[in-house]
Amino acid sequence: MMNLVLIVGGLLVLTIIIALVRVSSLISVARKERTKIDKSSNKVNGLLMLIFLIVSGVVTIWYSISTFDDYNLPIASEHGLETDRLFWITMVITGFIFVLTNILLFYFSFRYQYNEDRRAYFFPDNNKLEIIWTVVPAIVLTLLVIVGISTWNDITGKAPKDSEVIEIMGFQFAWVTRYPGKDNKLGNYNYRLIDAENLFGLDFSDRNAHDDFMPRELHLPKGKPVLLKIRARDVIHSVFAPHFRLKMDAVPGMPTQFWFVPIKTTEEMRVETGNDEFNYEIACTELCGKGHFTMRLLVIVHELEDYEKWKATQQPWLAKNPDYISKIPEEMRELAMINAGISLDEK
Amino acid sequence: MAIADIHVAEDTHHEDHLDHEQSFVTKYIFSQDHKTIAKQFLITGIFWALMGGLMSLVFRLQLGFPEATLEWLRPIFGGWITESGKLEPEFYLAMVTMHGTIMVFFVLTAGLSGTFSNFLIPLQIGARDMASGFMNMLSYWFFFVSSVVMFISLFIETGPAMGGWVIYPPLSALPQAISGSGLGMTMWLIAMMFFIVSTMLGGINYITTIINLRTRGMSFTRLPLTIWAFFLTAILGLLSFPVLVAAVLLLIFDRSFGTSFYLSDIYIGGEALPNSGGSPILFQHLFWFLGHPEVYIVILPALGITSEIISTNSRKPIFGYKAMIGSLMAIAILSFVVWAHHMFITGMNPFLGSVFMLLTFIIAVPSAIKVFNYITTLWRGNIIFTPAMLFSIGLVSFFITGGVTGIFLGSAALDIQLHDTYFVVAHFHIVMGSAAFFGMVAGVYHWFPKMFGRMMDARLGYIHFWMSFVGVYSVFFPMHYIGIAGFPRRYYSFTNFDAFNSYADLNALITIAAFITMSAQFIFLFNFFYSIFRGRKTPQNPWNSNTLEWTAPINPEHGNWPGEIPTVYRWPYDYSKPGAKEDFIPQNIPFSETPESNFPNETESIKLQGIDKGDAIIVDETEE
Repeated sequence: MMNLVLIVGGLLVLTIIIALVRVSSLISVARKERTKIDKSSNKVNGLLMLIFLIVSGVVTIWYSISTFDDYNLPIASEHGLETDRLFWITMVITGFIFVLTNILLFYFSFRYQYNEDRRAYFFPDNNKLEIIWTVVPAIVLTLLVIVGISTWNDITGKAPKDSEVIEIMGFQFAWVTRYPGKDNKLGNYNYRLIDAENLFGLDFSDRNAHDDFMPRELHLPKGKPVLLKIRARDVIHSVFAPHFRLKMDAVPGMPTQFWFVPIKTTEEMRVETGNDEFNYEIACTELCGKGHFTMRLLVIVHELEDYEKWKATQQPWLAKNPDYISKIPEEMRELAMINAGISLDEK
Repeated sequence: MAIADIHVAEDTHHEDHLDHEQSFVTKYIFSQDHKTIAKQFLITGIFWALMGGLMSLVFRLQLGFPEATLEWLRPIFGGWITESGKLEPEFYLAMVTMHGTIMVFFVLTAGLSGTFSNFLIPLQIGARDMASGFMNMLSYWFFFVSSVVMFISLFIETGPAMGGWVIYPPLSALPQAISGSGLGMTMWLIAMMFFIVSTMLGGINYITTIINLRTRGMSFTRLPLTIWAFFLTAILGLLSFPVLVAAVLLLIFDRSFGTSFYLSDIYIGGEALPNSGGSPILFQHLFWFLGHPEVYIVILPALGITSEIISTNSRKPIFGYKAMIGSLMAIAILSFVVWAHHMFITGMNPFLGSVFMLLTFIIAVPSAIKVFNYITTLWRGNIIFTPAMLFSIGLVSFFITGGVTGIFLGSAALDIQLHDTYFVVAHFHIVMGSAAFFGMVAGVYHWFPKMFGRMMDARLGYIHFWMSFVGVYSVFFPMHYIGIAGFPRRYYSFTNFDAFNSYADLNALITIAAFITMSAQFIFLFNFFYSIFRGRKTPQNPWNSNTLEWTAPINPEHGNWPGEIPTVYRWPYDYSKPGAKEDFIPQNIPFSETPESNFPNETESIKLQGIDKGDAIIVDETEE
């Protein structure tokens, strides 16, 4: 209620200001000749152009420098180093053009204000100038395209054969991950087999699925290529790991992938940032519904040997959910239990 | 000469027509007069701009002051405010979605093109009206129906569409996924269908009128750049909107008739859907095949308007008239082959990514040419800061800033990090949203005297400009930093992530700036409506402009010119011509009347013009 009063009050004040301006302008109209150009306001506007240029320039430079570390997230992947380099090359080139053109725009506005005694310079065209500012941007942009495409091709090229294959799947509203287990092969899935427990819709008639395991976080080895197999099961999501400069949509019915090499463990990053609670995260960047902003997945990067140790301690999903053994075709059950590391006696 | 033929016939026809007394309904409501229709588009556009702007304030409140209670909004939003006085997250998404839809389609397409194409095309090319006044009227009323449907969808129980203005399926196809994808989405789709019909009717009319109804002497190389821009915009719309029809139609089939164009392998709400074989990516291709030309449909008219205003108020010819037309054409053509730069990280083949990146960079060249030409037009000009001029300079600044960030986003490798972050929000709000909006406002200030026969108050205009200009930069410039830091778009709150749990102060600043910017628009609204009734009466040609609309009476009747339509003898940019008496020579002044300022080749053409005139008279006689 208080706020409402405040707003109404604000509007009233605004109205009063408007009325005052109006009265003053009506008076000035009455005094002035009709078609004459109002020189004083022309001067004020011209000056404001210059002031805007200077003030905004100073504020931008000051803010960009003083908060540099806040908006530049530390890089945690090999290709991230490349994209960041490209980013800053682009920043320097476009920044130069940006500053130059804005300075010219506002300075000319200020400099060439109306003056009755002067005529504007009749300058309808000049082919030389036109050619210069067609060719120069074209060359600069070509350079950027060449660097950009080669970077893009490096990143999106084929994943190395020895990559660690991990699956990540988005659904409303969480991420889940799946590791291939001892056989290093992810088992088949079928979305019709999904239920409240079997989030991935694992198809246990495929023996590769028996030893797949699903930790609650995404664990990654440092220094080894990781191939993320990405999918979604309801609407489009998008895997975004800001520190790894990694983003790829998760599309229902169309699996996608992204490979990268983590270069810093979580521990190393904690030291680097001086933040003991630092954690890598994955967020969703494609609008997926009410809980879009809550889709967080914790990412942990280990040293390679720690990663292997961690993997060895993980129990296959089937072993944690033995009820599903009854759904496996009779002749495969024994194999499944062996693969999942369940002792045959338990049954 | 065939053109002249038709034209003469048209003239007499109209003069007969004008004698009829018009009833209130045919004059102000179901009017076929392009000027009235333009005003209808403008007023509807202003209404929607207000709605869209207020919606943005609602979600800015949530983003800037997540702790604050919004209990005081309960009288308006009812159940969409939670028990604890917070905005319902789904309603937040609804606001974001409707803000986008309204601004892109209803304000910056219908409000901008609808207003100025309708108003200026006949007046600037020297025509009595549009080629088909009836279709023109239908165009507005289809837009009106579309507006009504969209407006009603705001008040239904399950809420309006919530899947973002790009309505990607499956989210937009499945009511189980979000409540707005129920009835709200259906109404969105229906409204959009009506909207497309409206755009088609308008576009066909604009193109036909420009090609066929130009007055004597108004060759394509003497058209003001505004008309060139409207012409190319209409062609873009005509070629791209039908693709949206296809996309929307398939989506309607998927939603209502069980087809699987966009749906495949979906498990939602505890059940597996039977759909299989569809591709959500197909929708994105179809959508952006419209969507990318659409951003040029939004910005080209603004660039056209700006070219005219900057030239007039610099008292200088626009620099590189032909290069300006050339770059408009290049932008128009290239805009059809860059759509997939919105989709670099959808899992599309990376090779396609390289191709679209290359094409995207090519389109930067004509955009750069335009900027350099604007700046050169200002150089050694004699600049008068009318409010329209200020807004045009503002537009150029936005076009530079937003264009530069486009280079980042167009680069596929950089887009990996920047896609769907606030960097994108900053980019398109500056280059497309604010720039086009400034173009529209500049146009209103500039042609208000022609529309209503009165002037808007300049001083309020200055205040409006400086508050808006500084406001827009304060809102969107900081978003670049947040974007580089990786903050994703369309997030209700950032507190769930360590990586995004900062910048609370910057977000608060943006919200405050948004409120200031919005309040400046009320100054404009006041100025606009007050001046319609009480503004200063305008002189015949308040800006000493060259184009034909200023030769029409101050309050033109239906038919625009009471007698003969003026003939055009020169291009529209003879400002400050060396030797001329005044610093402007309108298009309808023959070279024979300005011997003191003619260039040698123009003196030559006096003879030709004489022949031209004689020729037309002969045609006239044969007609009878």
